[in-house]
This record gives sequence, structure tokens and C-alpha cells, in this order.
Amino acid sequence: MAEQVIPGWKKWLEGSGDQVLFLTSFFRNVFRGGFEWSEFVRQCYEIGYKSFMLVGTTAFIMGLVLALQLRPTLVNFGALSMMPKSLAVSIVREIGPIITAIICAGKIGSGIGAELGSMKVTEQIDAMEVSGANPVQYLVVTRILATTFMVPVLTLLGDVLGLIGGFLAINITSNVSALLYFNKCIASLDFTDFLPAFIKTIFFGFIIGFVGCYKGYNSNRGTESVGLAANSAVVTASLWIFVIDAIVVQISSLLFYS
Amino acid sequence: METEKNTQQKSKPSAARDETVIHIKGLKKSFGLKEVLKNISLDVKRGENVVILGKSGTGKSVAIQCIVGMLVPDGGELTVFGEAVAGLNERELKELRMKIGFLFQGGALYDSMTVRENLEFPLTRVLKLNKQAEIDQKVEEVLEGVGLADAIDKMPSDLSGGMRKRIGLARTLIVNPEIMLYDEPTTGLDPITSREISELILQMQKKYKTTSIIITHDMECASITADRIVIMNDGEFITEGSFEKLKSSKERFVRSFFN
Repeated sequence: MAEQVIPGWKKWLEGSGDQVLFLTSFFRNVFRGGFEWSEFVRQCYEIGYKSFMLVGTTAFIMGLVLALQLRPTLVNFGALSMMPKSLAVSIVREIGPIITAIICAGKIGSGIGAELGSMKVTEQIDAMEVSGANPVQYLVVTRILATTFMVPVLTLLGDVLGLIGGFLAINITSNVSALLYFNKCIASLDFTDFLPAFIKTIFFGFIIGFVGCYKGYNSNRGTESVGLAANSAVVTASLWIFVIDAIVVQISSLLFYS
Repeated sequence: METEKNTQQKSKPSAARDETVIHIKGLKKSFGLKEVLKNISLDVKRGENVVILGKSGTGKSVAIQCIVGMLVPDGGELTVFGEAVAGLNERELKELRMKIGFLFQGGALYDSMTVRENLEFPLTRVLKLNKQAEIDQKVEEVLEGVGLADAIDKMPSDLSGGMRKRIGLARTLIVNPEIMLYDEPTTGLDPITSREISELILQMQKKYKTTSIIITHDMECASITADRIVIMNDGEFITEGSFEKLKSSKERFVRSFFN
């Protein structure tokens, strides 16, 4: 039994060590000269603009459904006027960031994992390395920074569309003006709702990019490993998103809400 | 073809020609319990074309990956231009790699970039050129050299296997390497294209005055390109000599390549 457990731990430790080295290599290359601006902008476009429709549609529907689900409960408690506040706080604090991050882990994380995995299999990364170019700077740094930058932006857009979805749901049964609804939403939010949520989206973006790049860059040879890299990137990043969320919520509860 | 090679070598000063650019002695490399390279030794002179022949899985690619620092040998000596590859730091290894071109089996073209962008990549990232006119001139010149000037704006997915190899060769040669390492340059190509690629390798060697190691099991490629052939089996170099000498060898294993 012990013989079976030790190699598993050894493998886990080796994997953890590899990830630390990869992270170190990322930070070393961020602060090295010759930043690939054009590739960074291209990745922001690929990651941000091309994910906007998916994130926007999902956030809009989530806002709409949340409002429809909340309404009977609030009516029972005679607190229907609390609807904009409930929607704003739940979307900005939790639903917006987590839904955006999970969608991005699925779409962007798997894309990065598969792309870099495929480049590894077809020896494109090796070709870059042996030519004397720096594949970490060109492929890894740009993608991780692009996800770190674009996931918070997508979350902000998702929050707005979620609130618009909520407004639409309210107007199915009631007649509330847009000005009144959005005024109440904004008035119910303060700095402590927005800041921790925004900070955690930066971490979400970073982990999506990092896990995708690590899994793709370190995939084994063979086409099967491309699929495994993509799949593993989504699963690992999703798990990390919930772990980061739990940690940030605990810290922000201690700092702002206790 | 043989005459062309001889003339070219004769025209070089003999001291330069005798300079050993790659020195391998007792090189060993294992992956887990599998010993892939067992004590191999080889000296490659400047301007020489050495072909390494051997069955698949005998460690040919591992040997050239050690030369370029992609793999770290477990033991033995390996020097390139007199520098021990294993002892180089990151910056020194990068400088060494700028002098070595490596043509991968499938060409390894960056498939998200056009042919032009593929060729510009080493110029802007490795040689750090920033004048567009100079970059354009080098790109056009090297593309004309491999006979694919028309493919400049194509994507790698639009190219045939032979065209990809040519573009891969162009991308490697654009930085004027002193050593070229070819990993099975004709594998997967039809006989006509294979011959064209082999002749192109020789032409490019003549034009860029490179030293080459060519890994292949294509005997026509070996006959066209080789000054010297080294035969590898089970992680060891078992014999070497000219194409003609090995062709008339009495050893059964050696003869099996020529039949």
C-alpha cells in the first residue's frame, strides 16, 4: 500500500515543483525586456472580444432568471422594493465574477491548453526555442497577462448585462422605469461590494491563463495529449476559481463585513 | 553532384575546413531505465555534411537534440565551437543556438502565422532587426532561394508537405546559421519531392556555407547530401565512411540500408 502511495505523492510533488518553476519563469519573463505588445493586443482581442457574446448572453440570462426566481420570495416577505438591491449585490459580488470566470475557464482555458498543446506536439514550441527566440515570453507571458486583464473587463460587462436582464424580468410583471431601477441598483452598491469582487476577477483571469499555458506547454507528445491538456486546463482552472473565491470571500468578510 | 561538393570543399582554406565544430565523445543519454545513447563519439569538421543513418528509435534524433541543448546528456563530452553545451548558461545557450539551425521533421511552421510572419519571426525576435525594408529583403531573398516566392502570404495549412519543409528550411537559413541539423528532412514526401529537398539541402549548404548533420533513412537523400555517413544502431555508432565505401560493406546490417 505504502509503495503505491509514495509514487503518487512523488508525482504530485514533482508536478507542484514544475508549476512553481513555470510560475517563476513567467514572472522572470514579464520583467525582462522585449515585451510582445502586438501579440498581447492580439490575445486580448481573441480572449476578450471573441468571448464577449458568450459571457454577455449568459450574464444577461442569469440576471433575468435570478430576478424571476427572487420575485415570489420577495413578494411573500413584502419586500419587492428590495429587488434592485438584491440583484445588484448578488450579481456584482458573486454571480457576475463566478459565471464569467467559469465560462472563461471553459472557453479560454481550454483554447489556450489546446493551442499550446498542439504547438508542442507539432514541435512549434521546440522550433522557437532552438532558434534562440523566447517561447515563454511570446506564448505564455502574453496569454497570461491577456486573461488577467480581460477577465475583469468581461466581468464588468457581464455585471451590467446581468442587471439589464434583471430589469427586463422585473418589467415582465411590473412597470419600473430604467432610471429608477438603475439608480436603486447603484445606490445599493458601495466600495466594499465592488472592490473584493473586482480583485478576485484579476486572480481568476491569472489562474485561467496560467493553468491553460502550463497544461498546454507541458503536454506530452501525441494528439491525445492535446485533448487532455484542454480538458485538464478547464477542470483545474474551475477548481482553482472556487478555491480562490472561497478565500477572497473569507478575507473580504473579515475586512469589510464583520 | 559529387564533383560540385568536392570543388566546394577544395576551395576552402584547409585550416578552416579541418576545424572541428562539433565534438562528441562518449555521449550517454537515458530516459528512465532505457539507455538511448550508449557512449557515442563523433567529430564534425567545418563545412562537412554528415549523414546519420539508422533504424527508427535508435537515438538519432536524441543525439542532435543534445547538440542544440534541447536535451541534457547524462555523461560524456559534447562541445560545439569548442564550448561545452552542458555548461552554458541561458544567455550563452541562446547565443549558441543563433549559430545552429534545426529543421524539424514536419517543418514545425507556426500555424497561426503566414509564411511571411514565420520568416520574419526569427529576424525580429532573434536577430532583433527592426528596419522593415531589410526584413522584407531577407524574406524575399530566402524565399526565392527555396523556390517559393509566391507562397509569401499563404498560411501553413495551405502548403503541401514538401512546401512546408522548404519554408521550414528557409526560416532556419534566414538567420545564416553556421551549423544545420536536419531531422529526417525527406520523411513523408514522395520520391520526386524528396530528391528536390535533398538537392535543395546541398544547394543551401553551398550558398550559406554551413556544416550539416542530416538524420535520415532515405538512401537517396544520403547519397546526394553526404560527405560522410555514420550508421547508428541501438544507441551506438557502429561504422562510418563514404556512401560508396559503406555500399560495398560486407556487414549484413550495413548492407541492409543499401539494398
